[in-house]
Amino acid sequence: MVPISYYLILAAALFCMGMFGVLVRRNALVVFMCVELMLNAANLTFLAFAKASGDVSGHVSAFFVIAVAAAEASIGLAIVIAVFRSRGTINIEEIRTMKH
Amino acid sequence: MNIELVLFGAFALLTLLSAGLVIFARSPISSAMSLVATFFFLAGIYVLLWAHTVAVLQVLVYAGAIMVLFLFVIMLLNLGETSSSGPRMTISRIAGGAAAAGLLVVLVMAIWRMPTTGTFTGAQAVQSGFGTLAVIGQTIYTKWLLPFEAVSLLLLVGMVGAVVVAKSRI
Repeated sequence: MVPISYYLILAAALFCMGMFGVLVRRNALVVFMCVELMLNAANLTFLAFAKASGDVSGHVSAFFVIAVAAAEASIGLAIVIAVFRSRGTINIEEIRTMKH
Repeated sequence: MNIELVLFGAFALLTLLSAGLVIFARSPISSAMSLVATFFFLAGIYVLLWAHTVAVLQVLVYAGAIMVLFLFVIMLLNLGETSSSGPRMTISRIAGGAAAAGLLVVLVMAIWRMPTTGTFTGAQAVQSGFGTLAVIGQTIYTKWLLPFEAVSLLLLVGMVGAVVVAKSRI
């Protein structure tokens, strides 16, 4: 039996890798993929605690996270397409319209 | 040797490796394919956690639907190599690495000091039907009915919003 702290440490490592990717990558699509990594780390935490406490509500929360991630991906990719159409790039350092 | 521990170690190592490839790959296509691999290995870890239904949803929804959407957008935008940034040590990379490492240290310390005895009932509380579709469906439709309907509304709004935003002329 694997202790729950192993799963939690794996989820923490995955979350930090996703955060690193969000902070340093310039391609907006790769930034979205790193956000998906962070959401998966949250799912792993939910499922680990669900098994540790014997309660199935954590599985329902993971299900909701997956559904919200699907909505987020559809809206985010639509915004990426709209920005690419008007600016011609998806490099997030060249999109400065909303900077003061 | 515990077979569960061996499986967990293999899946965890493969997950971290493919997640690293997502971050450090040059082209967005490689990142997307590494992300699909990450989702598959995470589904294996979910099965180890007795979450079979969530593992199936992970493969169907994440690796199936969402990644197809990502690949479709990458192909549609026709992006090549990403401006050959290379392994330079810029300020933003150093700051991002320091922030991620600091958060990791804090999280691992918090997990290490977590009380493991008394709080969690552990494996003996896991019923025979834990994690199956029947039990999860019963929980959703009794205790979580309102959030479930809210999520369906959210998906509808997301669908309409994606069409409106991505349309060429409004």
